[in-house]
Amino acid sequence: MAAIESQALVASVVQLADDHLILGHRLSEWCGHAPMLEEDLSMPNMALDLIGQARNLYSYAAELEGNNRSEDDLAYLRTDREYRNCLLVERPNTDFAHAMLRQLYFAAFMQPYWQAVLDGKDSVLRGVAGKAIKEVGYHIRHAGEWVVRLGDGTDESARRMNAAVDALHPYTEELFVVDADRQYCIDNNVLPDPQSVRTLWQDTINAVFSQALIEVPEVTYPLVGGREGRHTEDFGFLLADLQYMQRTYPGAQW
Amino acid sequence: MPLWEVFIRPRTGLNHKHVGSLHAADAQMAVQAARDVYTRREEGNSIWVVRAEQIVASDPDLAAENFDPAGDKVYRHPSFYDIPDEVGHM
Repeated sequence: MAAIESQALVASVVQLADDHLILGHRLSEWCGHAPMLEEDLSMPNMALDLIGQARNLYSYAAELEGNNRSEDDLAYLRTDREYRNCLLVERPNTDFAHAMLRQLYFAAFMQPYWQAVLDGKDSVLRGVAGKAIKEVGYHIRHAGEWVVRLGDGTDESARRMNAAVDALHPYTEELFVVDADRQYCIDNNVLPDPQSVRTLWQDTINAVFSQALIEVPEVTYPLVGGREGRHTEDFGFLLADLQYMQRTYPGAQW
Repeated sequence: MPLWEVFIRPRTGLNHKHVGSLHAADAQMAVQAARDVYTRREEGNSIWVVRAEQIVASDPDLAAENFDPAGDKVYRHPSFYDIPDEVGHM
């Protein structure tokens, strides 16, 4: 593989991995704090799905990079600006409505995206996709059912769900942002164009929102920046938590 | 939130077996919660949930009347037949 293509692929795979690691971490913060026992299991379940996908992607990126960095180095030992996750996945938990909506937004994007990865020429990514599709399909179902029940629930649950939509919807546009590295992978049929799944994403969101009695807002000012390493203030606190162990006990393993 | 009883079938061909209970707002959420709570370690491939209040149980006070009479009727067990080897496990 040409060096330039390899570098573009590494960057794109790390970007994908970052989305999964950071959202997985946000979900894991619910462990022991979920509103009911059943959710206290299901949210970490989903977190483990995402972190598992992140591991596969980081390992692959590390192998492609060939720089003796491990998946742990990539996950835990970069600075905030080196993470390229979209801002959506780092948004704070706030409340259960925010967490379920954020999950729905991301899963509704990743399911068709992984599906399209299966048509690409990278066999490792196809392998990751094959496993992830089933996991993320459940995330859509789980989060989607909650969005419906909260949106079409009590006055208070509807108020919170609508507040979550107002807060998070402007971040969804970044799911479709393509940088130069991703474009290179798209042109070489290694990764699909996020734009190609926009309609499917929108269909899923529309279907859930119409059941949840939520109007799909118009985004006049998309909130982006994570793909370029410009993160929100909350991200530093997240990383402090996430990286604490590796920073304090370098090379720690279990 | 209503209580649901959860039944899991460990493998195709076996029966659903009671594994526990959980709280959920409705049937669909109960199936999803059962999946999350009771099948995390590959316990099965099928889930039933039943509203706990829908289960009709025998009266524990009538246990002696109900079950003791069967105690001395050993001839009801089909264990007095010679089963040919080729039949295998029954």
